[in-house]
Formats: sequence, C-alpha cells, structure tokens
Amino acid sequence: MKKTYKVEVDCAVCATKIESAISKIDEVKSCTVNFMTQKMVVEYDDTVNEKSLFKQIKKVGRKVDSDFEVIE
Amino acid sequence: MTRKLKKRLIRIIISLVLFVALFTVDKIIDLSTVIPGTDLGWLLPFGLYLAIYLFISYDILIKAVKNIAHGQVFDENFLMIIATVGAFVLKEFPEAVAVMLFYQIGEFFQDLAVGKSRREIAKLMDIRPDYANKVLDNNEFEQVDPETININDIIRVLPGEKVPLDGIIVKGASSLDTKALTGEALPRDVNIGSQVISGTINLTSSIDIKVQKTYIESAVSKILELVENSSNVKSKQENFITKFAKYYTPIVVVSAVLLALIGSLVTKDYNTWISRSLNFLVVSCPCAIVISVPLSFFTSIGKAAKLGILVKGSLYLENFNKANTFVFDKTGTLTVGNFAVSRVIPEEKRDEILRLAAIAEKDSNHPIALSIKALVKPTSNEYVLNNVIGQGIIASKGDEKIYVGNAKLLKNNNISFNEINEVGTLVYVAKNKEYLGAIVINDEIKEESYEVISYLNKNNIKTIMLTGDNEAIASDVANKLSLTSYKHSLLPQDKVSEMDELIKNKKDNELIVYVGDGVNDAPTLARSDIAISMGGVGSDAAIEASDIVLMHDDLKSLLLAKKIAKKTMIIVKENIYFALGVKLAILVLSAFGLASIWLAVFGDVGVALLCVLNALRSGRIKK
Repeated sequence: MKKTYKVEVDCAVCATKIESAISKIDEVKSCTVNFMTQKMVVEYDDTVNEKSLFKQIKKVGRKVDSDFEVIE
Repeated sequence: MTRKLKKRLIRIIISLVLFVALFTVDKIIDLSTVIPGTDLGWLLPFGLYLAIYLFISYDILIKAVKNIAHGQVFDENFLMIIATVGAFVLKEFPEAVAVMLFYQIGEFFQDLAVGKSRREIAKLMDIRPDYANKVLDNNEFEQVDPETININDIIRVLPGEKVPLDGIIVKGASSLDTKALTGEALPRDVNIGSQVISGTINLTSSIDIKVQKTYIESAVSKILELVENSSNVKSKQENFITKFAKYYTPIVVVSAVLLALIGSLVTKDYNTWISRSLNFLVVSCPCAIVISVPLSFFTSIGKAAKLGILVKGSLYLENFNKANTFVFDKTGTLTVGNFAVSRVIPEEKRDEILRLAAIAEKDSNHPIALSIKALVKPTSNEYVLNNVIGQGIIASKGDEKIYVGNAKLLKNNNISFNEINEVGTLVYVAKNKEYLGAIVINDEIKEESYEVISYLNKNNIKTIMLTGDNEAIASDVANKLSLTSYKHSLLPQDKVSEMDELIKNKKDNELIVYVGDGVNDAPTLARSDIAISMGGVGSDAAIEASDIVLMHDDLKSLLLAKKIAKKTMIIVKENIYFALGVKLAILVLSAFGLASIWLAVFGDVGVALLCVLNALRSGRIKK
C-alpha cells in the first residue's frame, strides 16, 4: 500500500531527517518526504492498522521537527 | 510574499537598523567605558546587544529548546544557539548578534526563493477544472462536479472555460488554447468530430462535447498526478545529499568539540580554541546543498512541464543527460505517419495519372488512396469500381478501363510496363491496356527529425531506428537522416526483443532511451532505461508507460529536454562542489585560526544563498 500525504515541513534538512526517521518504523517499507512539493509518500504493508501507523508517523516526525504537520 | 514572510522581513530590518546603530556607537565611544570606575562596564554593551539578539532569535530559541527536548542534538537551530551563546561568553557581542542576524536573513531569502518556485509550479498546475456544464434533456445545462460526469454524457464548454473532461465535439466549432498542456502557443481549431482534451481552454464559441473518459481517466488528472508526484523518484544526487546530511552535521559537531577540548587542554588557551570551534558550529548546517539540489530539479521539472515536457522524476532528468543511445520508432516519431505522394513517374504525365488514380480510388479510405485524393479531388463519375483484393482497383465505364494498383494487377491483366525502382509504395496506373506511369507514395520524414538526429550524432550519441517497414523504406529513411543503424520488418513483438537485446548487450555506463508514439509500443517503452513518448496528450497508456512525455508532437522537444537536463545537472554539480569546497576550506582555516566568525557566517548563509540563486537558474531555458 502506497499513500501520499500532504505535509508541512519548514526546512529542507528536517525533511531528510524526518524521511529517515519514518523509514525506520518497522511497518514502513519506504518513505519519501519531499520538501519542495510538501508531500510525503509512505509505503507500508497492507496488514497494518492505518490509524495507529498514521499516529506513529506523526509522532516520529514531530520528534525530529516540532513543526512537522501531516494532513490526511 | 506571504504575511508570515513579511513579518519576518520587518523583524530583520528593525534588528539590522538597531544593530548597525549600536555597533557604530560602540565603535565611536566604547560602550564598556561609559560607566567609569567599575569592572562591570561590559554589562552595558552586553545588555544592549543581548536585547537585539533576543529580538532576532526568539523563534529559533524556542525551536531549539523544543528540539533538544526531543534529543535532537544535531538540530541546526540548537547549533546556531550554541555558536552564538558561545560568542557571548567569549565577549564577542557584535559577532554573536551578527551571526544570528545573517542566519535569519539567509533563511528569509531561501524561503522567499522556495516559495516563489512553488508558486510558479502551482500556477502551471492551474489546469484543474472546477466544474463541468452538464447538458440536460431540455438543452439547458447545470454546473456539476466534473467527477460526477459519466461516459457518453454531453457537456457544454462556454468560451473562456476550461474543457473539464476528454471527449469528442458533437456540436459547435471553436479554437482551443492548448498552451497549458503542450506549451504550443498557437490555438487549435476544432469542429464536430474533433477530439478535445481536458485542460485546454475554449477560446471563441460554445461547444458541446460527448464525454469519452471519466474525470479520473482524463488527461488533466493524469498530468496533474504525474507532475505532483514527479519529484519522488530521486536522482543519485538527491540520495547523496540525504546521506550526506545525515553524517555531515554530526562529524562537524564532534570535530568542533574535540578541537575545543584538545586545543584548550594542550595550550591552556581556552578562548582561542573555543572561538575556533564555534566557527565549526556555524558552518555545520548542510543547508546550502540540501536545499539547492532539490530546488534545481524541482525548478527544471516545472519549467519542462511548462514547455510541454513532462518528466516523471529527477532521476530521469539525470539519466537523460547521460543517455548515449537513442532508439526511435519510425512511423509517427521520425516520420509524419501519414502517406504522401512524393513523385509521379513520368512527371510530364503527372496530372493525367493522378486524375485517373483518383477516379479509381474514389471510394477508398486506405491511407494511400487518401494521399492521392489529397492532391486531386475525384470528379463525380459513373465508373464501376471493381476492387481486386491485394492488387488494386479497376474502374470501368463502357469500354474504358482504368487500372490502378501494384505490379501484380498489371501483370495479371497482361499490360506491359517498366517496373520502377523507387523507395516507397508504388501505384501503377494504366488505361485500356496502355501503361501510363506510376505514383510513388512515401511516409514523409518530419522536418525536425533532421535537426534532432544531426544534433545527437554531433554529440556522439548512437541513433537506432526500429520499424515494421521493409528494408528499402527503412534504409532510405536511415540514410537520409544518417542514423547509426536500423532494424527493419519488425513486428511489434520483435521490437520488444530488439530492445531486450540492446539492453542485454549494453555496457555499464550506457543508458538507452526509447522514443515512440506510445500507441502500441508500451512494452518496448517499459524495457528501456528512459522511455519517452510523443504527442502524449490523450493517450493515458503512453503517459503511464513513459518516464518522459512530450506533450507536443514535435521531436524538437527532445533537444529541449536534453538542454534542460544538461543545464540542471551542471547546476546541481556546481552547487555540490562549491558548497562542499567552501565549507571544507572554512573548517580547515578555522582549525588553524585563520578564519574569523564573519567568514564562517559567509560559509553558512552566503554559500546557501549563492547556491539557491544558482539553482533558480535551472528554470531559465531558452526555447
């Protein structure tokens, strides 16, 4: 399953850091955070609970940069 | 400029004015001597500088505190605060304020540039239709969401409106502005029966369109989806900077700490070594590279889209620049794809031969018949047309008989003739057993093909043509265009295996581009390193299978794409080497105490700004 989210990331470096932090989540197969388009593409197993994963993604991202915002 | 940015600008200007004023006063009358007879005279300038410092950096301070609470030691905000607080501790007050001030100025201009670039792309993507006018039974219409329209519904597009869905005109005639889709400035005239593509703008009069594709399947959705997701396929450079950013900051920060510790312990001169290590922290942000490289790709992809070239990701831009083998489909790509009369033999009987041929081909819709009828309108006649399958047509009226067809037709009817050796399709014409001559029909080579192939040849790029046509036609086109090689008489599946063969035999550093019209070569497109389809408007299969889509049916877009790719890659490399070079030089100089904190500020903010400005150049490509 591949899903695209609209995100708010203030700095380019944060985007790369958030990207690698989210990629490290077990259920996440791959993640790209695009600073220019303010979009995030996350690929994950079909079996995971989307809601809890979404929460986790937000949490992990915020830990790197407190202004990180994901819009569903 | 957004309100947020404006507020930041005002804050920067106020701080800058206050700082310059304070700095000048401090230089004229040393502020630390204003209160005489005390050791605490430094408190006055300290307090004044600190006030400006807090004003310019409060947002960074807040962020730094938040991020450090999350354990983000290598956060740029936090490092900037350490560097400036360090300067305060060393009693370098103006330096501390200036570092923060310039840092903010740099950030401001970066955001301004990024915002501008984003807005330009957004403007470009202004092809999304907001509504569709559904025509009702009583011939009135109502505005509805384009997503609710079904196939075969009739929609009305008024002058000035965007065509919301793909379809065919059933009523009215108008001209369409296709600029947003193809970059082509000339409006296209359309009338009943014309295919129209969503995203184009109706210019002159109202048209009714029978919808052929749902909104999701329509060209406009496909294009938007493609462009919006384009920068997710990352180039080697972008992957490099992601890794680089991960290691650069920690390495620089750790070096700074080591430098301060070891230097101080060995020489006992704490101030000197701490001051040197603060320079490290100032240049510890890889911002210049991290922001400018994606910005270059983003700007270029946006610019390309504006010119009718859709690139699915920066990786393809990078690879396209490196590609050294171009494989072309012939019909519709190198050639126009419609047949035209190229010669009549003998030329002095031209009019008569064409007139007779047109009579016989009157009812035929074969491309060959159409090419003849394009030159001579068949007169209404009472001829009886007899179609001899695989040979041609015999038209008869009373005793008069006209034979129009291939050599077999003449042989079978015992008409003596000279077989003609010409490349192309030959149509022999005879009347009442008397041979008159022949018409040579060829698929025309596109005018721009010559220019494109000769450019590629000049740049030592191999050009290969794959075609289903016979050897004579293939070799003729190949010679005229000076192609490196060609393969003829290929069935569609043969093209796929030829492509497999090329991919198998290529060297590691070779990249193969396939250029086709995307109609029935999707499997071949899929196998190439970079798949390019032409005239992509309307063919969603082609858009899906290709990495680069030329919306325009003009091969010259290929050269334009090449130019864009080349320029982008040069800029990206310039920025990487320049930023790395300067930062490294500053680190070395700082370690030996040869660089001031002012130089370090330039290494951070100045370099970032120069890189961003350079990145914006990617969008400046002349057509």
